[in-house]
Amino acid sequence: MKINDAVFGVVLLALGIAVLWHVQSFPKIPGQNVGPALFPGSIAAGLIACALLLIVSGVRSRPGSFWFEGLPWMRSPRHVAAFAALILSTIAYILFATSVGFLIIAPIGLAAMLIAFGVRRGMAVVVAIVGTLVIWYAFYKLLRVPLPWGVLERFAF
Amino acid sequence: MHDIALAFQMVFDPYNLWVMFAASLFGLFVGAVPGLTATMATALLVPVTFFMAPIPAIAAIVSATAMAIFAGDVPGCLLRMPGTPASAAYTDEAYAMTRKGQTELALGAGLVFSAIGGLFGTAVLIVSAPALADFALRFSSFEYFWLVLLGLSCAIVITSERPLKGMVSLMLGLLVACVGLGNPAGFPRFTFGSTELMGGIGLIPMMIGMFAVSEIIRYAVDTSPQMLIVDQPIGNVFTGMWTLTKRYPLQIFRGNVVGTLVGALPGAGADIAAWMSYAVSKKMSKEPEKFGTGHVEGIVESGAANNSALAGAWIPALVFGIPGDSITAIVIGVLYMKNMNPGPTLFTQNPQNIYAVYLLFIIANIIMIPLGLLCIKVAKRILSVPREILMPIILLFCIVGTFAINNTPFDVGVMLIAGVVAYFLEQNGFPIAPAILGVVLGGMLEENFITSMIKSDGSLLAFFGRPIALTLGILTLAAWFLPPVVRRLRTIAGA
Repeated sequence: MKINDAVFGVVLLALGIAVLWHVQSFPKIPGQNVGPALFPGSIAAGLIACALLLIVSGVRSRPGSFWFEGLPWMRSPRHVAAFAALILSTIAYILFATSVGFLIIAPIGLAAMLIAFGVRRGMAVVVAIVGTLVIWYAFYKLLRVPLPWGVLERFAF
Repeated sequence: MHDIALAFQMVFDPYNLWVMFAASLFGLFVGAVPGLTATMATALLVPVTFFMAPIPAIAAIVSATAMAIFAGDVPGCLLRMPGTPASAAYTDEAYAMTRKGQTELALGAGLVFSAIGGLFGTAVLIVSAPALADFALRFSSFEYFWLVLLGLSCAIVITSERPLKGMVSLMLGLLVACVGLGNPAGFPRFTFGSTELMGGIGLIPMMIGMFAVSEIIRYAVDTSPQMLIVDQPIGNVFTGMWTLTKRYPLQIFRGNVVGTLVGALPGAGADIAAWMSYAVSKKMSKEPEKFGTGHVEGIVESGAANNSALAGAWIPALVFGIPGDSITAIVIGVLYMKNMNPGPTLFTQNPQNIYAVYLLFIIANIIMIPLGLLCIKVAKRILSVPREILMPIILLFCIVGTFAINNTPFDVGVMLIAGVVAYFLEQNGFPIAPAILGVVLGGMLEENFITSMIKSDGSLLAFFGRPIALTLGILTLAAWFLPPVVRRLRTIAGA
């Protein structure tokens, strides 16, 4: 998505002000004029200055009424599906890997993504299972990363 | 002498050689597949190198990146698609050569002059890094403060068309670096009560997100039509290389020098080195009208430049801990994990490690010739790898690799957000390199700034009180104020 500079400017301005306000609560170090607030405070001040310049340039350059502009892929269902599958399968992994287990969540996410990327269903399932097992073997067995077992805990080896 | 012998022993250890060989093949593959970059190769290697000794870990990254930058030329010739951004500068030229039936010459020039460029950059690294380190031993917090600020300023000036956007990118990176306990006062900042955030936002998950996940997103939403591979047998790529060397000695030398310098400047890496070298080559050429029509001169020069940039980037990374490009930004993270903290003391305390790094670079650039040849021979197979299958597997690898560093799903979240944000910012013209530098150097900038402030009792004049600090300070201010002034003068002169 293409966004007008002015919109970025407003968001960054809000961020800068929020940081500046937040760092006021940081403790002062007795006997010194520099504390933990100085550095983030200076950056926030710089960010506010940049944000104001962005707003000016964005308003000035605004062609017609464009604040937001979609990219070509956003009108193509196939690409939107691919994007969504990528994001959602990663989120699913973050949320459920520990409780459900790597060996269950990984192939499901992988298969969903493969199908969304245009791989044939049968092929996708095979690749998802083999891919998961290879990565599991490399990390769990060879590198000894404790990939979560989840509900399969009692079969753990 | 003993140190050098020790370095040889570490590098020629069978396990290390095996790692270099495997990493080279990996690098060639990643480089040759369009959409997978050399930086991504480095990011993907980190979880694996996490489990290795320091020297094999560095060996893996050095060999994979050197190979990937060369291999990026291959799809440029055959598909008119750069394999890595570092080949983009001369992709059209290389493809035009293929259409004239000169595939061998284009690929051969890419391979041979890449290796020469890499060796040249290594030579500069070997000569200049210890000298700089010796010099840097005298640096105090004032000098380091300016040096970091100068590096960050260079990154903005070089990498962005609009310095304002580079500046915003940098600020965001610096803010991210503020999160956690890692500040001079040891006060938890921006943690919002989360214990995960106490230690700061993990550098490695962020890098994997920004350099690997963002590329996968870019592939997922890519609407450009599929490219057709040029199907013709590839003969001997070494024919005519000696003639080229004799015809373009100055161009080769210039490419090497420009590449090493651009590489050593913070923020700019192999891709910018190649663009600059190609432009210089065209400007200085006796036959500039031939550029773009399948003329080998620009490929010779910029092909050498992008590989020399790779070694050049290690100079500030090893001596000062300031990354010269996005690859060394990741490398610095790896060095800290391996207790090989970059800085001048790295050269005095454990010189055998530094000698080993030099050796790794030399070996990588030499084995590039036979392995690169192999890559060219099987290029058609590599290029027909179905990317719709490859990309989801890489994503799973990123997830597991990120998880492996700290065994927490929180880091996977950091990776995803970093990837989406990087994609989104880049779509809107905000360069990523300044943000990375901000994240990597934020802590160092703050530490030296606060130390200096305490030493000088809050007086900013003290920042200019020592000769080297004064020079660096003036250079930094020049980087800020010269470009706009020059631009203004140019418009006045033009009007």
